[in-house]
Amino acid sequence: MNVRMILLVLLMALPGVAGAQGFAGLGATADGFAVPKRGNLLNFPDDHGPHPSFRIEWWYVTANLTGTDGRDYGIQWTLFRSALRPFESDGWQSPQLWMGHAAVTSPEAHFFDERFARDGIGQAGVTAHPFEAWIDDWQMVGPDFDHLNLRASGSEFTYDLDLVATGPLVAHGDRGYSVKSAAGQASYYYSQPAYQVSGTLDLPNGPMPVTGWAWLDREWSSQPLSEDQTGWDWFSLTFDSGERLMAFRLRGETDLFTSGTWIAPDGQASPIGNGHVTATPTKWDEATGRQVPIAWDLQLPEKSIDIRIEALNPAAWMGTTFAYWEGPVQVSGSHQGKGYLEMTGYD
Amino acid sequence: MTGAILQAIWSHWRRHPLQLATLLSGIALATALWSAVQAINTEARANYASATQQLAAGSLDRIIDPSGPMTLSQYRILRRAGWQVAAVREGRLAVAGGRINLLGVDLLSYPTLPAIAEASQVQGIAPVDALSAPGRLFARAPLAERLQATAGLPPVIASDQVPVGTVLTDIGTAGALLGEPEQISHVVVLSKQPKGIPPLDQIAPELRRISTQGDGGIASLTDSFHLNLTAFGLLSFAVGLFIVHGTVGLAFEQRRPMIRTLRALGTPMRTLRRLLVVELMILALIGGLVGLVLGLYIAGALLPDVAATLRGLYGAPVDGALTIRPVWVASGLGMALIGTAAASGQAFWKLARLPLLSTPGARAWSGQTQGSVARLAVAGLGLIGLGVIAVLLGDGLIAGFALLAGFLMGAALCLPFLLSHLLNLGGRTAGTALSEWVWADMKAQLPGLSLALMALLLAMAANIGVGTMVSSFRLTFTGWLDQRLTAELYVTARDDAQGAEIERWLGRHSDRVLPIRALEMEHESAPIFVYGVVDDQTYRQHWPLLTPAEGVWDRVVGGEAILINEQMARRNNLWPGDTVTLPPDLTYPIAGVYSDYGNPTAQAILSVDELARFGLPVPNTRFGVRLPSDKVATVAQELAASFDLPPDALIDQANLKARSMEIFDKTFVVTGALNILTLGVAGFAIFTSLLTLWTQRLPQLAPVWAMGITRRQLAGLELLRSVILAALTTALALPLGLMLAWVLLAVINVEAFGWRLPMFVFPVEWAKLGALAVLTALVAGLLPARRLLQVPPSDLLKVFAHER
Repeated sequence: MNVRMILLVLLMALPGVAGAQGFAGLGATADGFAVPKRGNLLNFPDDHGPHPSFRIEWWYVTANLTGTDGRDYGIQWTLFRSALRPFESDGWQSPQLWMGHAAVTSPEAHFFDERFARDGIGQAGVTAHPFEAWIDDWQMVGPDFDHLNLRASGSEFTYDLDLVATGPLVAHGDRGYSVKSAAGQASYYYSQPAYQVSGTLDLPNGPMPVTGWAWLDREWSSQPLSEDQTGWDWFSLTFDSGERLMAFRLRGETDLFTSGTWIAPDGQASPIGNGHVTATPTKWDEATGRQVPIAWDLQLPEKSIDIRIEALNPAAWMGTTFAYWEGPVQVSGSHQGKGYLEMTGYD
Repeated sequence: MTGAILQAIWSHWRRHPLQLATLLSGIALATALWSAVQAINTEARANYASATQQLAAGSLDRIIDPSGPMTLSQYRILRRAGWQVAAVREGRLAVAGGRINLLGVDLLSYPTLPAIAEASQVQGIAPVDALSAPGRLFARAPLAERLQATAGLPPVIASDQVPVGTVLTDIGTAGALLGEPEQISHVVVLSKQPKGIPPLDQIAPELRRISTQGDGGIASLTDSFHLNLTAFGLLSFAVGLFIVHGTVGLAFEQRRPMIRTLRALGTPMRTLRRLLVVELMILALIGGLVGLVLGLYIAGALLPDVAATLRGLYGAPVDGALTIRPVWVASGLGMALIGTAAASGQAFWKLARLPLLSTPGARAWSGQTQGSVARLAVAGLGLIGLGVIAVLLGDGLIAGFALLAGFLMGAALCLPFLLSHLLNLGGRTAGTALSEWVWADMKAQLPGLSLALMALLLAMAANIGVGTMVSSFRLTFTGWLDQRLTAELYVTARDDAQGAEIERWLGRHSDRVLPIRALEMEHESAPIFVYGVVDDQTYRQHWPLLTPAEGVWDRVVGGEAILINEQMARRNNLWPGDTVTLPPDLTYPIAGVYSDYGNPTAQAILSVDELARFGLPVPNTRFGVRLPSDKVATVAQELAASFDLPPDALIDQANLKARSMEIFDKTFVVTGALNILTLGVAGFAIFTSLLTLWTQRLPQLAPVWAMGITRRQLAGLELLRSVILAALTTALALPLGLMLAWVLLAVINVEAFGWRLPMFVFPVEWAKLGALAVLTALVAGLLPARRLLQVPPSDLLKVFAHER
């Protein structure tokens, strides 16, 4: 028994097992916790920091990188906050728990690791200004949200990357109020989709200098999924044209709920409502011991998008306590580009 | 047809119920002792396994702060540097009139916690409740019930996965219950560490990493204990099999006419053999089942003592309760079947070679020729040689036991040869024809009795050997306690501040105060406790040095040299004249080695000033107090009252000695019990062998009787024969037993416990044991003698008339 069991049992004790962005408790009822409200405007830099009255929250970075060897790499750095009760306290008995996930993916290999910590003892946490998010030695720190240093280490990898924002923050949905089901479940959700990245990956073969683009998602809520939703497929794509697309598909027992955001090269965002994006799996893979779609067709007619999305490494399974698939993808078709794909609920 | 044969075979047991009972008891006794030992071992191992799973004891390194408890900020420093560690908070909690061991672990990062898994899966308890206030306590059922009835504690969950005598909880809950919630006792270094973390001395030089290498002591120490028990179990099993062998031989001998008749009637040998095998296997199963029940009872009776032994001697947590495990039942029955098969192999072999219409031999049918006795002796010498080679080539406990096994079995095989030569010598002293016949007759009976006598030899040797070891140990231990526990009162303070106050207070109320100050360090990646002592006559006069020399204490208190305990000396092969280097780089010559029984870890003694040179804060909380013995009680009372000390903070010497001796005696209760049982089984083996021989002896006795020796005389001679053979065997068992004691003390003990004991001899004990053996033989011979007394003269006459 380890924390895996603790959290799994915690998860099972709650109704509607689901894992958006791979985390648990999303389908739970929000007893005692705050609930997102439409019309509450995001407030920076404070909202870069934690919101302990909400059940669940994350700081989620993915990056598509190219090494000096000319090959493609992807990295993930995620810090989740999960509240057992809607308040904070000092010491070991704080009801706020932290979980970190980090991964490096190349066409041949996929390394990942995870960390757990409690709030209240300084082992993990987030401060808004100056910005610092950390769990153990993993950290995302900077004088402000536009200039960040990102580090993580596992038993087989480390990375150390500098991120510089080249555009504005993007609020999803209705000014950051992002609806997640037809029944009205929602979260607060904003992104910084345009960080320029440089740094080094340290892999079993040795260090590899890399450059590329990173995308940061911030989201918090207390019940963003409805009870019958079993998983989600989430795309963050950066096209060679400088345009960007965030799109997700929530799989219910009977129907799908889709949503997304179109981001112009200057950072101007326009929300995409339910039913406008269609994403269809075209190829399934069993490399990770389970059937996972690793190639997709995606259409967004209003932006003349008709693309094919393919995983860089089909084996990018995150075998963490809450398991899911997360890895870099290549885009071809009407638009060319790169991005990240996350799929939950396939295990 | 088969039915008729079965009936014929079975009729034998109906006519000889005593024989059936003997056979079944032989199988049952062998199985019982073996499976009792197995049950004890399995139970104890299951207990360790649960403790190891809970505590990862022996598998994960620890990090400690030698100056005291760790702080949250030290934990944070480790974590922020990437070190994957789990915080542990241990303490004693006063509840319900007693004190419990509270073990708080960081449930979020601790690697394996079966208690929590079981609780959540079986009892539907959400682990999240264990993480946040008020938390949950996990304990074994009896303790859990007691705690549940106690007000002011978090909810208690009963779990068999928690080590005995421990209450497991989250570190947060432990902090809330014990006070000082930010205090951490130590951290456990998890097995998976990230790439490129900085070394400990760069981020927290004040902390020490304690490797579990060598500290994984529990496993190796308890292994040796269980190996000991297993050896005993096997010995008893072998002795039990002698009975089975004797009875099966007798039954086959007596059924020869029946077998002959059946074959003459046309029963194929194969059918007969098959049916006899089935019969024996059924008997083996019945005997085995009885043995299992008996074994369970023996194990149940012995286990509390074994548990006490293991707890006392090694601190290994073992429950006193027994669970029936399928493996145990299977292995017990398996042993019964295999053992019966092995013990009756010879009988079947003879049966197969039995000529269709054979006539009975004049000598006992299981008899060996003089040549085969010599061959056995050569094989025995070979076994002894193999044992010696094992000890010369290998080392460790297994080699020690190989030596023991070689000696015991080898000596047993040599026994017929030795006895037959002794009987030859005896024959030369014979003055009359009758006495000459008695000696010759004994020699003639030897082959039939030799197996039983071998059993007696083994049982006697084991008794002498183990008895000598235990008594030597007890003498040494008592002497050592007297030397070591010289202070009249021992006090433990809560912290340094209270320690200083108590020291001042004692300065006014006692003759002398001896501070007991120690640091836990590392030496060759094993933990070592280094004590700092002040110069005092107490040490100079009493300290149990194995290597006394002039000026040892002058050198130690002068800061020039160090003393180490025997365990460390033997483990690292360090002796006076060698040096010890302690971290960071202080080197001391070894002035002496002292005995330190009952302690698995390395220990050393320096002057208290030298201890300060390590630059680490040395806790000053324990004191030995010298004062007149009649003042101990008063001073202890006043001390407890003035400083509000809990009862276990004050220990008086008499009490401590009594407690130590109690643990000691419990340790060897088990060996004593097994000893007596083995001897009993051997006596039974003699009895069955004599019974077996009885049937075959009539043809040999009848001519003597016909020559005018009365039946009463014959019966007396019968008893005399039994006694002489037992006495000769006992005499031969003595050197073997002493040899066994020596191996136990000088080879097995050093491997198992890390210390060597001086051997003391106890002739009075041997005399008693010899008398017991003779008595056993006398009792075993009574029934055959009585039968002889009552045998109708017509039966004796028949010997001359026709075949049996």
